[in-house]
Amino acid sequence: MTASSWLLVAFPALGALALFLLGKRAKGWGHLLGTGTVVASFVFGLLLFFAADGKSTVDTKLYSWIPVSSLQVDFGIRIDALSLTFVLLITGVGMLIHFYSIGYMAEDAARHRFFAYLNLFVASMLILVLGNNFITLYLGWEGVGLASYLLIGWYQDRPSAATAAKKAFLMNRVGDVGLALAIFLMFSYVGSTGYAEVFANIDKIPPGAVTAIGLLLLLGACGKSGQFPLQAWLPDAMEGPTPVSALIHAATMVTAGVYLVARSNTIFNASPDARLVVTIIGAITLLIGCVIGCAYDDIKKVLAYSTVSQIGYMMLAVGLGPVGYALGIMHLVAHGFFKAGLFLGAGSVMHAMNDEVDMRKFGGLAKKMPITFVTFGLGYLALIGFPFLSGYFTKDAIIEAAFGEEGWRGWVFGGAAMLGAGLTAFYMTRLVIMTFFGKERWKDIKSSDGRDFHPHESKPVMWIPMAILAVGSVGAGAFFKIGDRFTTWLAPSVGALEKSEHGPLSAGLITTFTLVLIALGVVAAWAFVRRGVPVERPERVSIFVRAARNDLYGNTLNETLVARPGTWLSRALVYVDNRGVDGAVNGLAALLGGGSGRLRRLQTGFVRSYALSMLGGTFLLVVALLLVRFS
Amino acid sequence: MTWLLALILLPLVGAAVVAGMKSNDKLAVATALAVTVVELLLVIPFWASYSPSGARIQQATTMDWIPSFGIHISFGTDGISLVMIAVIALLVPIVVGALGLTDKLPAGRSAGGFLSLIMLQEALTIGVFAATDVFLFYVLFEIMLIPMYFLIGGYGGPNRQYAAVKFFLYSFLGGLIMLASAIGAYALSVDKYGKGTFDWATLVTVVRDAPKGTQIWLFLGFFLAFAIKAPLVPFHTWLPDAAGQAPIGVAVLLVGVLDKVGTFGFLRYCLPMFPEASKALAPLVLVLSVVGILYGSILAAGQTDMKRFIAYVSIAHFGFIALGIFTFNEQAMVGSVSYMLNHSLATGMLIVVVGLVIMRGGSTRISDYGGMAKVTPLLGGMLLIAGLSTLSLPGTNSFISEFLVLLGSFVDHPVYTILATLGMVLAAAYVLWLYQRVMQGPVRGDALFLPAPTGSPTPTSAGSASAVGTATVVDSKALKAIKDLGVREIAILAPMVVLIIGLGFYPKPVLDTVTPSVQQTLSAVQGGK
Repeated sequence: MTASSWLLVAFPALGALALFLLGKRAKGWGHLLGTGTVVASFVFGLLLFFAADGKSTVDTKLYSWIPVSSLQVDFGIRIDALSLTFVLLITGVGMLIHFYSIGYMAEDAARHRFFAYLNLFVASMLILVLGNNFITLYLGWEGVGLASYLLIGWYQDRPSAATAAKKAFLMNRVGDVGLALAIFLMFSYVGSTGYAEVFANIDKIPPGAVTAIGLLLLLGACGKSGQFPLQAWLPDAMEGPTPVSALIHAATMVTAGVYLVARSNTIFNASPDARLVVTIIGAITLLIGCVIGCAYDDIKKVLAYSTVSQIGYMMLAVGLGPVGYALGIMHLVAHGFFKAGLFLGAGSVMHAMNDEVDMRKFGGLAKKMPITFVTFGLGYLALIGFPFLSGYFTKDAIIEAAFGEEGWRGWVFGGAAMLGAGLTAFYMTRLVIMTFFGKERWKDIKSSDGRDFHPHESKPVMWIPMAILAVGSVGAGAFFKIGDRFTTWLAPSVGALEKSEHGPLSAGLITTFTLVLIALGVVAAWAFVRRGVPVERPERVSIFVRAARNDLYGNTLNETLVARPGTWLSRALVYVDNRGVDGAVNGLAALLGGGSGRLRRLQTGFVRSYALSMLGGTFLLVVALLLVRFS
Repeated sequence: MTWLLALILLPLVGAAVVAGMKSNDKLAVATALAVTVVELLLVIPFWASYSPSGARIQQATTMDWIPSFGIHISFGTDGISLVMIAVIALLVPIVVGALGLTDKLPAGRSAGGFLSLIMLQEALTIGVFAATDVFLFYVLFEIMLIPMYFLIGGYGGPNRQYAAVKFFLYSFLGGLIMLASAIGAYALSVDKYGKGTFDWATLVTVVRDAPKGTQIWLFLGFFLAFAIKAPLVPFHTWLPDAAGQAPIGVAVLLVGVLDKVGTFGFLRYCLPMFPEASKALAPLVLVLSVVGILYGSILAAGQTDMKRFIAYVSIAHFGFIALGIFTFNEQAMVGSVSYMLNHSLATGMLIVVVGLVIMRGGSTRISDYGGMAKVTPLLGGMLLIAGLSTLSLPGTNSFISEFLVLLGSFVDHPVYTILATLGMVLAAAYVLWLYQRVMQGPVRGDALFLPAPTGSPTPTSAGSASAVGTATVVDSKALKAIKDLGVREIAILAPMVVLIIGLGFYPKPVLDTVTPSVQQTLSAVQGGK
């Protein structure tokens, strides 16, 4: 059956193709086709999962893609524990979000096209995780970037959406250059770009080059996964419709960087230096995400920075190497459930609140939207690591592994991860209280388009996916962790999970401290919000809050260092090209033909300058002949 | 008669026939379309009869021309010229079909004259790619300029005379210098055999053994002609003017095919004839290539005119092609050859789509447009597809070639390649920025609105309101009645879309066709045989 695994990709790819070609003719039923193809892939993925023995890696060649003598790139598919895990996450969560979108996008005149884009995304993402070659991975990698670009810019008559889409694509491309250069390095040392060949020949690459490959792969991962210093696009990506934020910018695409590191574990195992950098990037990002998340009032942006921060945890984990690969992926899958659920919940709130995202205008929604509140609440508890819910198991494992590092590293990385847990509890509690509890602040104001707010519960096609994800948020962690099910399953792909022995603190102590920090975060948020939430954002705030509200000046930095000098350079060169290079040419013509003005009037003087050219040419010809003869 | 002669003669006959149809434009278009489609169909058996593993030059025919100087009229093809011949045969029917959709003929001009020049151009360009006599190549290289000169100067934009003359002088002077070098090579053959020849295959064996100093002088003559043609920075300034002033269909042929004569010349003449010089001067060319990639990209981003934008994009792409050729790596060179094909498709489509935009708005200025995708979503989608191929997105044809060029170049020239790879980011920037300015955001811009009637407040016409749909109109003026793509326009774009995506996922037929010819070119450089 693995021989027909290409069907996984084919279903959504054909769905996208059909929807693109049919266009408006698919208006009435396009969403059903789009959803159906993902359901088909999910079912087929389940069949493959149950048929797999979980130990073997099966590579299937579909056809010869880029054959140029010694370089033979096949379009091939690798089925193993890691790729099957992602297949189920992508198609499972993807399927739920497709269903949800049927309701969420019901009012949109171009819903059929929306589903074409979603199908394109699922197909690309499946190519990304199923390919058995770095170039196939690259195909999926930029394919999801395209889908993300199209979907962030869905409301493309909004300039902010168009700009956000372009920004996402560009920052991703910066990362993609890293990925591309890593592939070039592999080819120049190994002569192949296939996983099997590269990993088998890793010891033939000099250590410095292995580290370079690792760091370049990390650059790619940073772009795709919104990691420092390429994190600034992800919050802006919230311009897209909320189901897109849930699927692409929370559950699946943005975790591709973590997949890349885990998939390339052979490379990272061979370079402790590259791993250390991965860990550092993860630690920095997880703190940046938390800090900024505390300052925003936009519900989607808080969740977006939360995603940045949680992926930071995953990066930190996979950077730890054999003690962390499986833990990073485990947190990734659990996060897929609860973060997708949280975004869908936020979408449900926005749907009820005339597309408002400012939490200052929410309040007291728990009574109006009980199902959304319960599912969102469970996702929230899972995210902050409430005992025995998903995040408790998966995040705790990462914190423990981080403390297990030797010397200063254990303290720094473990400390950062633990501090992050407290901050996460703070900003998420703030979000939940501002949205669902307290005074109904929306009663006295109108939405920006002048309507009153009439919050209401969403339709079943929307809340059923939320409920299913909530079940995952509650149970996934325990299911994965008990009996080490998940790490054992992944062992054939990323190696058996090693235990670190260096830890300065015992596991029990770490869990206790973490829980205390989480409790402190919750209480602090409660105390903070209890003072009341003004509908207008207070502007007289401390320098720290102001910095956090400005994304810790990440955008300002991009603007001053890249965007503005780029514009200046471009303008200056256009001037030089018109005046300088062309001027020199016209000047030369002036020298030969007597004035560049005449060049314009050459219509009349054409024969003369033709003759002049002939003369010049003949002269050169004679010179050349003499040179050849007498040299 | 071989397929090759048929391919050259058919458009010549077509040009002569159509030239007579001055009074009936419809008949002229129909005849030209029929001839060029038959030409395209003839390419299929021609391609099929080419055997990649066979001789270096196939389908060869030869006859005496000027026997006293050893000049022959001889044609033949290798995998590289085969691909280029196929490209022009594909693009010409598209250009013919697009007449009236992307360009209006100037008042008083008949379609017959225009189409006759186009077909003449096709015949001569195929001749240039197929010539296997160096003198014949030179003659066709220069004659080829004449129809293009008239196409730009007679049918182009307001500044067409200046652009046409500039184009002609640049290329013509380059050609003369090449002639000097060709005669130099001839002289070497006289030295060796007593009787000179211009036969390419013979000259290759003669010149490659010449001293390095001689090779370098002769190389430079050819190189300069080709560097102007391709064009490489700093010989590029004629292209933005020529492409900017040329009618859209002519720009497709100019940027899509004629410019490729330059990179084709590197492969067919510079490398095999002057291997020592090629190796010695490669660093210089690599620097020019990388400068061209970055310089062209940055300038593309700064353009305010859509057609000049495309010219600068092409300058950047020619940098990639030259990089892949002068890095002397098999993968990179195959990448360059397929780049020559893929750039024709991607840029050809981009120019056609831009032409469709310009016909609707009547302006070539980017700032005259905005939010157009709301009014013409299909046209917006087509601009995006052409743009994505231009920025070499995987899954499109251009990715294969650009990636191969970079992958192969990296092996021996990592520093140049890293700099060139920055071109990937810049490409995304200039393409998406163009798309954003023309297609996204609220509907705005002078080109899309009727001029406001003076005095009275503007009434909103019912017709334009239905065309806009739910568009956010910031201007109070009435929107022009702009339609989305029609059936004919879709029919012109569809083959290019199919090939752009098809060759992105299945490039094997092209790669297999060109790889042996590239290997032979490379072994000539490296002195293998």
